[in-house]
Amino acid sequence: MRLRFEKRLEPSRTMLILTPVFSVIAVMILGIIIFDGLGFNGSQAVWELFFTPVLDSYKWRDVATKAAPLIIIGLGLSLGNQAKIWNIGAEGQYIVGAIAAAGVAFQTQYLSGFWIIPLMVVAGMVAGALYAAIPAVLRTRYGVSEVLSSLMLVYVSLQLLSYMITGPWKDPNGHNFPQTAQLTDSQLLPHDLMGSGIPPGLLVALIAAILFLVVVSKTVFGFSIRAIGEAPHAARYGGFSSDGVVWATLMISGAMAGLAGVFELMQLTRLNLGSPSGYGFTAIIVSLLGRSHPIGVFIAGIVLAITYVGGQVAQTVVHVPNATAGLFQSLLLFAVLASDVLVRYRIRILEKVNRSDDRSAS
Amino acid sequence: MTLTFIVDALITVIGITTPILLAASGELVVEKSGVINLGVEGMMLAGAIAGFAVTFETGNPWLGVTVAMLSGAAVSLIFAVLVLSLGANQVATGLALTIFGIGISSLIGSNYTGIAIDSLDSPFPAYLAQDSFWRVFFGHSPFVYFAICLVLSIGYFLNQTRAGLVLRAVGENDVSAHSIGYPVIGIRYAAITFGGAVSGVAGADFSMVISPLWAEQMTAGRGWIALALVVFAGWRAGHLLAGAYFFGVLMALELYAKASGFSIFPSQFWAAMPYLIAVIVLAMISSRDGKGVKAPACLGKPFIPNG
Repeated sequence: MRLRFEKRLEPSRTMLILTPVFSVIAVMILGIIIFDGLGFNGSQAVWELFFTPVLDSYKWRDVATKAAPLIIIGLGLSLGNQAKIWNIGAEGQYIVGAIAAAGVAFQTQYLSGFWIIPLMVVAGMVAGALYAAIPAVLRTRYGVSEVLSSLMLVYVSLQLLSYMITGPWKDPNGHNFPQTAQLTDSQLLPHDLMGSGIPPGLLVALIAAILFLVVVSKTVFGFSIRAIGEAPHAARYGGFSSDGVVWATLMISGAMAGLAGVFELMQLTRLNLGSPSGYGFTAIIVSLLGRSHPIGVFIAGIVLAITYVGGQVAQTVVHVPNATAGLFQSLLLFAVLASDVLVRYRIRILEKVNRSDDRSAS
Repeated sequence: MTLTFIVDALITVIGITTPILLAASGELVVEKSGVINLGVEGMMLAGAIAGFAVTFETGNPWLGVTVAMLSGAAVSLIFAVLVLSLGANQVATGLALTIFGIGISSLIGSNYTGIAIDSLDSPFPAYLAQDSFWRVFFGHSPFVYFAICLVLSIGYFLNQTRAGLVLRAVGENDVSAHSIGYPVIGIRYAAITFGGAVSGVAGADFSMVISPLWAEQMTAGRGWIALALVVFAGWRAGHLLAGAYFFGVLMALELYAKASGFSIFPSQFWAAMPYLIAVIVLAMISSRDGKGVKAPACLGKPFIPNG
């Protein structure tokens, strides 16, 4: 038996939707096997990881809080994915956004007013966009791969954060902990919206998803992104600027990552060692699992948030290590990437042909 | 500044440079074949836990290094199958490999935290290895000598041998290499597996010599420095060797600034330097056309025969 890959003329829509679902199921089975093999209770670990956060209403707030930044960053990255421009430095733009918002916060420490929070949001988004402008200028002016430059800049931003929280911005009353002072009340959003249990970040994520849905499917800009990604030569011939798309996708994803950084700063109420959460990297999984479609990204963000919350549950119940959630997330990404082949190709099973028979017949 | 201080400083620099030199040498071969594997950190961690666990259980460090090498190669095969046989995106798959390596090594390593093993000593006789001066040359772990020999051999392989030429051809123009009959996918499989094996050894250097114990995520981002180093070296083996020790000095300055608290710049400045310099070098080599100082032309692009 041999397998033959036949390229589909158009990506299969059914497979596009089904493969992420199959991937989640495959990862659950794979997870049971791996954890059992390593001497943990595999089925219980998978249960706690994927189902407890869904079934236990006390965990819903946690899931929503973690889903918000993942969705916000993932939406931004989904534009670049469609144009095949890979911003893998979202984590850096996210950190820089949080630093900028904290900077505004420390300048407005003794002030109050409704304008402070919007100012922090703007500062975070601008900082994220400007940080993403570095790979954009390197790519459009010098032809430098945005993959390498955006990745390198993540580690520069991590050091900048570490410097700020141990140096100039260190909390004077913080018992020498590497952290900044706490934000004041006029710099923080309420934990949930009018007692509904929905964190403000999730509402923003929802609005952003709708906005992206409209932009991608209804505007010329959305079309130009897809055109550049699928047929760069034709798109350029048709008058779309590929440099323009590089700039737009990187700056927008940077601004979205910066926005998520602002919300995370408010969530933690200060900058500390927990600020570099890795959401910028996980959001890459979110955008791919969600097929770079706003609705898909929204759902994928919630799924990945469930693994974070479930990972903590599994840690206390089944005593698996902290990194379990990451292990499942990577397996999920492997599964989605592997199953992509089903979207682009049709797999035919070829019957074994007996060569000698062939020859004698002819 | 006494002789002892200088000797100690040099030994520190050479020691902390070795794992990034190893990992970057492996990644150089992978990238020369036209594939970018961002999973270096994950492969290093797989090697680190495998090397530590096997050495601890059997008491045989050489068996430990061998298993570390095999583990790195095994983990890299996941990447190879996805990007080569299934045509998956290399960037995303590499990132997944890093997250996978962090997760699986933490999971396996949860039984091995808080125990130490004997560090692998210099292969030279004690009167050389422990002499107050000669230890600069003879007082290192076997990893140090292996790394230097490896990068020199890779340089020779890539530039002076026919097989190296074929590998570079595959990285520069996969379609042409395929059309004149070279097995593009097979060569890339070999390159990725080689890179994984070497990264595994780099990880074992952490858990068997530098620490020598197991801790979660003990490679502390050095896999990313190795990636920066390949860029910094402009994909040339000789520059890789020199660049590695330059990065090693920066890392030593960071450690020194952290430990003494006394430095012109804060420790974070030194820690950020390798990445900043890599970005600047990227811009410089890309703006200056020709002269062979370029990223392999097919870097990161999937190759699907007859697709």
